[in-house]
Amino acid sequence: MTALLRASGLAKTYALPRTAFQPARQLQAVAGVDLLLEAGGTLGLVGESGCGKSTLARLLLRLTPASAGRIVFAGQDITAMPEATLRPLRRRLQLVHQNPGAALDPRLTVAQAVSEPLVIQRLARGADLRDRVAALLAEVGLGAEFLGRFPHELSGGQKQRVCIARALAPEPSLLVLDEPTSALDVSVQAQMLDMLAELRERRGLAYLFISHNLAVVRQVCAEVAVMYLGRIVEQGSAEQVFGAPRHPYTRALLASVPRLGGAPPATAPGEPPNPAAPPPGCPFHPRCTMAQPACREGVPPALVNGLACPVSGAG
Amino acid sequence: MSPGSDGRSADRRGELNQPREALLAIDDYRLAFDSFDGTAQVLDGVSLRLAAGETLGIVGETGCGKSVLARSLLRLNPAPPARVVSGSIRFEGTDILTLSEREMRRLRGRRIAMVFQDPVSYLNPLLAIGTQMEDALRGQHQAAGEPQPSRAEARARAAALLASVGLAEPARLLDSHPHQLSGGMRQRVLIAMALAGNPALLVADEPTTALDVTVQAQVLALIAGLVRDRWLALLLISHDLGVIAASCARVAVMYAGTIVEEAATATLLREPRHPYAQGLLAAVPDLDRPEHRPRGIAGSIPNLLRPPTGCRFHPRCERATERCRVEKPLLREVGPAHNVACHHA
Repeated sequence: MTALLRASGLAKTYALPRTAFQPARQLQAVAGVDLLLEAGGTLGLVGESGCGKSTLARLLLRLTPASAGRIVFAGQDITAMPEATLRPLRRRLQLVHQNPGAALDPRLTVAQAVSEPLVIQRLARGADLRDRVAALLAEVGLGAEFLGRFPHELSGGQKQRVCIARALAPEPSLLVLDEPTSALDVSVQAQMLDMLAELRERRGLAYLFISHNLAVVRQVCAEVAVMYLGRIVEQGSAEQVFGAPRHPYTRALLASVPRLGGAPPATAPGEPPNPAAPPPGCPFHPRCTMAQPACREGVPPALVNGLACPVSGAG
Repeated sequence: MSPGSDGRSADRRGELNQPREALLAIDDYRLAFDSFDGTAQVLDGVSLRLAAGETLGIVGETGCGKSVLARSLLRLNPAPPARVVSGSIRFEGTDILTLSEREMRRLRGRRIAMVFQDPVSYLNPLLAIGTQMEDALRGQHQAAGEPQPSRAEARARAAALLASVGLAEPARLLDSHPHQLSGGMRQRVLIAMALAGNPALLVADEPTTALDVTVQAQVLALIAGLVRDRWLALLLISHDLGVIAASCARVAVMYAGTIVEEAATATLLREPRHPYAQGLLAAVPDLDRPEHRPRGIAGSIPNLLRPPTGCRFHPRCERATERCRVEKPLLREVGPAHNVACHHA
């Protein structure tokens, strides 16, 4: 396997302007993230709202410039690559959003929406374009009768299929899926997960799969990274992270998922802190049951062997 | 059999719940929404019983009518377009469908309280939490025709309510505005407000859907504690079977405006009998069993302007026969306190 996407020391800091109530501050949305995704691999990014997982995805896609760090995609450093040079590479990096309703232009038919990337990237025209659009739709399980339909005539699941067909049009090698099934009912979600598994197999796609739904991530991903307040706190194979979690946050996260027919979910105290005012030391220490005095000061612990917790690692 | 003649199922269900008198009894409730395109039959003969202190979950997917049913208990569905076609909703012996709006206001927020999915939408961003809680408390007394408590009394009660839902420093919180609170704190504030009238029934419509999973666990634990300590009856609406399993002793599965199965939660999870309930369970990915591949349900939910004849699930059902196409199945007993509306279950 070869590295398709590698990020090192990736960071994003937003400047919060001074207001009448607060002085100017810095918000560190992503802080020193290292990631490796192999060609055809599946990496799940999990964490609660505000942990920086969507910002990280935008950084990796170069939709937002990074404040620090390096991104290498398909052997080329794209961190500061000029837009003109980046453009041909963008074909190979595609994004699927959470809300398919908002991602589709209500005035474009399904055929127009799926054609757009092919036309913009000058990949097809005329009869060839029509054939490729029909083939893409067939690949996501939509028949030719959908070609002339508008988004308002589609169900949520059908809209998401159109978005995926459009993302596949320029023949990417990596799909970034940002909460792709969160807006869907569970019976539709299951169909979507099946389809994603088939597409990956057929096309040799790599997935960066962002979700707050841990059970869905476990279905899709071989590798998992757990984020908390802009940092990866635990990373490893899905079996290891879900089966034998080591970081206290990962354990709390897994324990708080309500199980069918099990005991009521265990509760972790507190809520994720405000990223604009992170606690000193380990960002999780105010909620951690294992916290030691050393966790409350200094810099956040670094990720060592896939774990950013010296206490639980030593124990 | 005509659709109007299923009082039998209600009778049988009544027998099942004999030991405890029902706090809430919904019988053959039908609700329609009128629009230019026609009439959507949103709730089609719903019957339910809920005793004091009992917990019932209602699970179903988008558009199955679970939220409309929840709102019906407080008569919050705007009419028009909503129109009650038939049936009754008896709460503490009174059919609330016959009450005047004025009488309804006495019930709403007092004997029956409701918590919604999105706490942000139910708090005024411009007013301090204390002001909003005091207004709500005083408004309730006004609606009941009782003397209103003074601002100071209302404030003291608001602080006590905030403390009762596990919020620290209630006095400081009363002076805060909604944007200064986290999502979990806002939902706790709304639960505190729901408790203000000392309700007998709490209706919670997706109360944790907007929350992160660690905060969801806290709010579910809070609701479970309140139900236990205050002898509250709970009607919890959710699309998430896990949330219902964590909070409710009984569960009803809704599909396209009908209840298709009702059972003790453990029973339903172990042996669902209705094909839709079975499909729903098979579609849920299990965090602890990655080898279990979730299976979807073919087809999509019906348009309720033109609902399928007979069983509303028949176009998507693998076991559907001619009988399912013509005859609506009624809820019938298949085990102790286990009712299923399927000709083949």
